[in-house]
Amino acid sequence: MSRRAIFPNRLLPYLLVAPQMAVVLVFFYWPAAQAVVQATLRQDPFGLHSQFVWFENFSRVLTNPFYLGSLRVTLVFAVAVIALAMSVGLVLAIHADRQVRGATIYKTLLIWPYAIAPAVAAALWLFIFHPTIGMLGRTLVRNGINWDYTLNDQHALLLVIIAAAWRQVSYNFIFFLAGLQSIPPSLVEAAAVDGAGSRQRFWKIIFPLLSPTTFFLLIVNIIYAFFDTFGVIHALTRGGPGKATETLIYKVYTDGVINLDLGGSAVQSVVLLAVVIVLTAVQFRYIERKVHY
Amino acid sequence: MAPRWRSGNWTTHLILLTGVVVFAFPVYLAVVGSTSDLGTVSRGELGLTPGPYLVRNYVQTWSTGSGERIQGTPVRRMMTNSLIMALTIAIGKISISLLSAFAVVFFEFPLRMFFFWMIFVTLMLPVEVRIIPTFKVISDLGLVNTFPGLTVPLIASATATLIFRQFFLSVPDELVDAAKVDGAGPLRFFWNILLPLSTTTGAALFVILFIYGWNQYLWPLLITTSQQMDTVVIGITKMIGTGEALVDWPIIMATAVLAMLPPVLVVILMQRWFVRGLTETEK
Repeated sequence: MSRRAIFPNRLLPYLLVAPQMAVVLVFFYWPAAQAVVQATLRQDPFGLHSQFVWFENFSRVLTNPFYLGSLRVTLVFAVAVIALAMSVGLVLAIHADRQVRGATIYKTLLIWPYAIAPAVAAALWLFIFHPTIGMLGRTLVRNGINWDYTLNDQHALLLVIIAAAWRQVSYNFIFFLAGLQSIPPSLVEAAAVDGAGSRQRFWKIIFPLLSPTTFFLLIVNIIYAFFDTFGVIHALTRGGPGKATETLIYKVYTDGVINLDLGGSAVQSVVLLAVVIVLTAVQFRYIERKVHY
Repeated sequence: MAPRWRSGNWTTHLILLTGVVVFAFPVYLAVVGSTSDLGTVSRGELGLTPGPYLVRNYVQTWSTGSGERIQGTPVRRMMTNSLIMALTIAIGKISISLLSAFAVVFFEFPLRMFFFWMIFVTLMLPVEVRIIPTFKVISDLGLVNTFPGLTVPLIASATATLIFRQFFLSVPDELVDAAKVDGAGPLRFFWNILLPLSTTTGAALFVILFIYGWNQYLWPLLITTSQQMDTVVIGITKMIGTGEALVDWPIIMATAVLAMLPPVLVVILMQRWFVRGLTETEK
């Protein structure tokens, strides 16, 4: 990464990196180190006394049935959001990639939801699915379905999944479309000349060539479903009813901020940190391999 | 062959139109809700056409943020907070990243790679996974309920640095040599040559970072306890409360429409940079 032409100054480069290093040290490394330390301490409720307890917090948290329940909720939620957002995004991208009239307008009309905050998306869907005032919520109730997301676990989960996936579709759409447009048309035409039908062309040519995009989106969507959906859940269900929509990140928040269990919350932060690091590492390994090919 | 083509086109239009409608419908309904009166909405009689109260509801939302049943902060205030937050984060990130990328690419100094990796690793530490300790740092510094506390921890990010580094590496050596021959020092080179060259990259990043800043949720929720500091995204959740039927839905929906307006406009008006910024920053 070095270049030949450089400036010879000695002090200046340090001054230039100083602002970023200051922010990074104070707000990234110091808190992350704190989280790791905190995770090995037990504190009394007033924070006056703390004791080093090795991995006791880890074993306490990781065997806690509530934590395992939250893990299960997160997995169900993440799989549903990712499957929904990615498949719809892909279908829309495939069709927007075709040479139809108005393709540019369609593109504009399909990318803007990305700009909507997850919590605002939640408010919009609540207004539709509210059991007494929402248009669809009311319709469901009138038709004999006992729709109430504040009481029914599955209804609550379904609502947060829809709100979370809705906004993410346009993100996946943008990337799938960019991926499709980078596939040389000659390849697809050659397959067509050889007599491959459109289904075959898709599964045998386009889908494999799209796999780097798909893989990248999978990682980004996992991170989205795990972390960025906090706003959706906080705005809609606050983790309820009971703990039906309490995802891991939501539990970090409730344990740390509401229940003031700092050790337990720190352990969960460290576990999530490990998840992000593994995902990022996997992604970089993969991208590196792709470059070498 | 011809009829088959036509039918293919027809399904394509159908699918794309369905997508457009599924995206637009919730927003349309929010607009309808925001122009109706409270009674109509609470009785569940909302139709599909906008009501007559557009001006009244939006004026009320903008200037008081309160209705018959909720006491809120004026949305004007919350929008200003969101705007300050989004602009500070976007401009702050771009500025410090430009400087550090400049240092890493155009200078040779001890610990250069060490600094680069220190920045690079932060790519893996989203604010959400270290909220509680970061909150403690901010409260120790006495920055709770202040704009620096709200924005500075979100300013550090590796993405912008990496993007600028990538771009700087593509600047030809000859350009640097030419500047040196003409007697330009590093700062002059940075200001007069590098910065003008970076505008497209900068604009693309700005769009992405503005949306990122505007849509922040968890961090403002923790760091702002005073109503005067609420951002508009947080404000909506506070108005909804526990989601009872008896809140001022027209006011909430007007707030939601106002809250999504700036980022959506930025995306639509700067679409070209947006798509470029997005597909480049995430790689």
